[in-house]
Parts: sequence; structure tokens; C-alpha cells
Amino acid sequence: MNTPKILGYRRENGRVGVRNHVVILPLDDLSNAACEAVANNIKGTLAIPHPYGRLQFGEDLTLFFRTIIGAGANPNVAAVVVIGIEPEWTERVVSGIAQTGKPVKGFAIERHGDLQTIAEASRQAKEYLQRASELQRTECSLDELYISVKCGESDTTSGLASNPTVGNAIDELVAMGATTSFGETSEITGAELVCKERAATPAVGEAFMKAWTAYNDLIVSHKTDDLSGSQPTQGNIRGGLTTIEEKAFGNLQKIGKQARYVGVLKPAEAPRGKGLWFMDTSSAAAEAVTLWAASGAVVHLFPTGQGNVIGNPILPVIKLSANPITCQTMSEHIDLDVSAILRGEMTLDQAGDKLLDLIVRTANGRLTAAEALGHREFVLTKLYVSA
Amino acid sequence: MIQFLVHERSDNVGVATVDIKAGEVAKGLFMDTQAPVKVRALTAIPLGHKVGLRDLKMGDTVIKYGHDIGRVTATIQVGEHVHIHNLRTKRW
Repeated sequence: MNTPKILGYRRENGRVGVRNHVVILPLDDLSNAACEAVANNIKGTLAIPHPYGRLQFGEDLTLFFRTIIGAGANPNVAAVVVIGIEPEWTERVVSGIAQTGKPVKGFAIERHGDLQTIAEASRQAKEYLQRASELQRTECSLDELYISVKCGESDTTSGLASNPTVGNAIDELVAMGATTSFGETSEITGAELVCKERAATPAVGEAFMKAWTAYNDLIVSHKTDDLSGSQPTQGNIRGGLTTIEEKAFGNLQKIGKQARYVGVLKPAEAPRGKGLWFMDTSSAAAEAVTLWAASGAVVHLFPTGQGNVIGNPILPVIKLSANPITCQTMSEHIDLDVSAILRGEMTLDQAGDKLLDLIVRTANGRLTAAEALGHREFVLTKLYVSA
Repeated sequence: MIQFLVHERSDNVGVATVDIKAGEVAKGLFMDTQAPVKVRALTAIPLGHKVGLRDLKMGDTVIKYGHDIGRVTATIQVGEHVHIHNLRTKRW
């Protein structure tokens, strides 16, 4: 098929975004109040509060900065106002985002207080918002987008229909030359050898196994039972999924039949080229989707069985389900109903084409159900306790 | 109307795509070969839940997607509901 055109925002660094947010980004938990005050003053800007950023150290601190800077650097963001308690780490975030060439300015609360900081940051936010409001969407190509996939509150209908629908779209997107990513390291448990075989090269397969083994070792070292109720979740179990192995084989349907992953990414790390990438992530929806947002993904595909309602402040989350009960009782959350596949009234190819069409419409500006409902889950992944 | 689907011919469980009543002879389909299959449900099988297609004893392996998805922890008869009461992970 011909690669569809979309209307996107081409950013200073050439990357294509599909939203035009002016983000008020807190460095740390202490700066959430000021950020929310700025977003309240300047309507149309977006504060993304979070609970961390203090006394973190080592790999956990590196991941923290990669996530915060990555969120600001995401092509769906036009400009950023950063507010932190102190100027040093605030500047570190500002200079990280500035590498994209987009407008960004930092404000520190110490020696100014909340009120003066809010006043100055609000003036800057107003200027950025007005500047962003004049940016126009221009014609871009679907293959210029970076699209991530992750499922949630899966059930057996996910493995039968909604995950293979995503897989069908992923095969098409990768064939077009788009950038895509999957992950959920712990949730591949049981199917890890099948996943290893889907790597583009043996070395990439080994890199995946190293990430999976490390995650599995961590789970085994902390577990007090067989995790039933946590992984699979109680929702998974209610939907008919029994074991992690069963969940894993359903999960892997999302990467399609042909695409091979070309590399392994650390959490929140940006892909280094086109194609399908594996990212080492948690399987918890908001944590994982936040990591993909920070890695630069601009559209996310989220198949659900029992009805996970997740959204993200900067990454539009397209939700699809094949469970007729979910599509009926939670219709306001579902962007694409593929339950007809279970009735034999829709093929996977037809469902995949419907999903591609919805990706194009979403990229052109159609709000997802999660956006319309105000779902803005922004959840940082924390590796261990703070110092 | 199809009432359950089986991912692969080698699977020993199917997945109900509608609520199946106890005693009902349910019509199913193997997804890889499109071959039809029938099973008499011994218990109610809610939509999305698994139905046993072969008699299985404790310690046997349940196969779905053509792969090992766990071990049998209580005898399973053809037509019985397969879930956390008779199937457990081999991991963790």
C-alpha cells in the first residue's frame, strides 16, 4: 500500500509530532504546585505533575533525567517551561530539552518563592502558548512517526483479536519504514525464547535475553508467591487469563508476524533508527507508556480486554478492544471496536486497516477517547529508594 | 454461530467467545486450519474463559498458541472450565 500522508508538526530537529502542547514541567515533586498554578493562569498549557526528582542517585537518577528531558523533548511538545526547586538540576533539564532546538526556559523557586516564580513563569508560558498557536500542521508521511504499542487489562480476547490487530498494523508500519517499539519485559515471561527468535540478529536476541533475565531475576528475588493477582492481574484473571505464560503469548501477538526488532532500548531511550525496537519496560500501563512518551513516541496503540482506561498527557493513546462486554459497557474509552473478529465478521487484515486509518486520523488531530476524557497519567519509573 | 476458538491444532484448550452454558454442545473452530470442532461443556464457560478439549491429569501441560502455558494442578475433563483452580504457572 502507499504510505499515507498525515498533517503533523515538523519540529526544529526535523522530527514530526501530532500534538502541539506547551508543557509546564516540574523538575521535582516540590514544584508541582507552581507548575499547576502556571497552567491555571495560562489556559491551554499543560502541567504534568509527578512525585519524584529529589535525592535520587545512580542509575535511578539517570533514568529520571532521561524521562523528564525526554518528555519535554517529545515532538508532540512545542515549547516547555521548567520549574524546579533549585537552579542546578533545573538547568540540566532545560539544556537537555534545548538540544532539540525547541523553546524552553527554566525557573527556580529558591530565593524567589512560589509567587514570584509563578508570575515570571506564567509570562513565559503565555508567550510560548501564543507562539505555538501560530504553528501550522504541514503534510508529512506516516512513516515519519514513531509509534509505540502496549496492552493492558488483557484477557483472552486480546490474544485472539485486539493484539493481532495491532500486530497486523505493526507489520504494515514497519514495512512502510516507520519507527515502532514494544516492551513489557516481565510480561514476555513464558514466551521469551519465541521473542528472542524475533530479533533481527543473534546479537540483538542476546541483548533481549539479557534484559529479560535481569528483570526476571529481580522479580524472583522479591516475590513472596507465584504473583497470581499481580501478574496476571485480577482483571486479567476475571477475563479468563490464568498464567503469565498464557498472557505472554497473547502479548507477543502485538509485534505481528513479519517484523523483526532491530535493537534493544533502555527504559525511555530513543530509538536509533527506523524499524521495530524492544524497550525494557515495566508492564504497568502508565509507567510503560510514560517511558515511551519520554523516548519520543508520538502515537501509542493500546489494546485492552477488560478495559484499562489509561491516557498520557503528551502521547495520544489509541485504545482498541475485542471484548464485546467491554466495548458495550465502557464504550466511551474505546476508539476502535474489533469484537466483530470474534464473531467471524471481520478479518485481521480488515481490522489492521481500520487501525491504520485511525492512526492517520489521530495524527491529523482527532482526539483519542483518553484525551477527550482527560486521562493524563504521567508516572515515572523508579528503580529503587532515594538516598 | 461459533462459540469458541482454538489458536492451534495442538492446543488442548479452547477460548469461549460467548458465554457457554453447562451441558451445551458448543461449536468451535481451529484458527490455524479453520477446521470445525465441538465440545460438550460440563460446566458453564464464561466469555473469554478456557474449555478443556482433552482429558488432562495432574502434572500435565496445558498447551495454547501451540505452547506450554502452565501445569495442571487438578484433573481436567473434556468440556471442563480451565482456570486458576486447575492450572498454574510453571514460572515464578
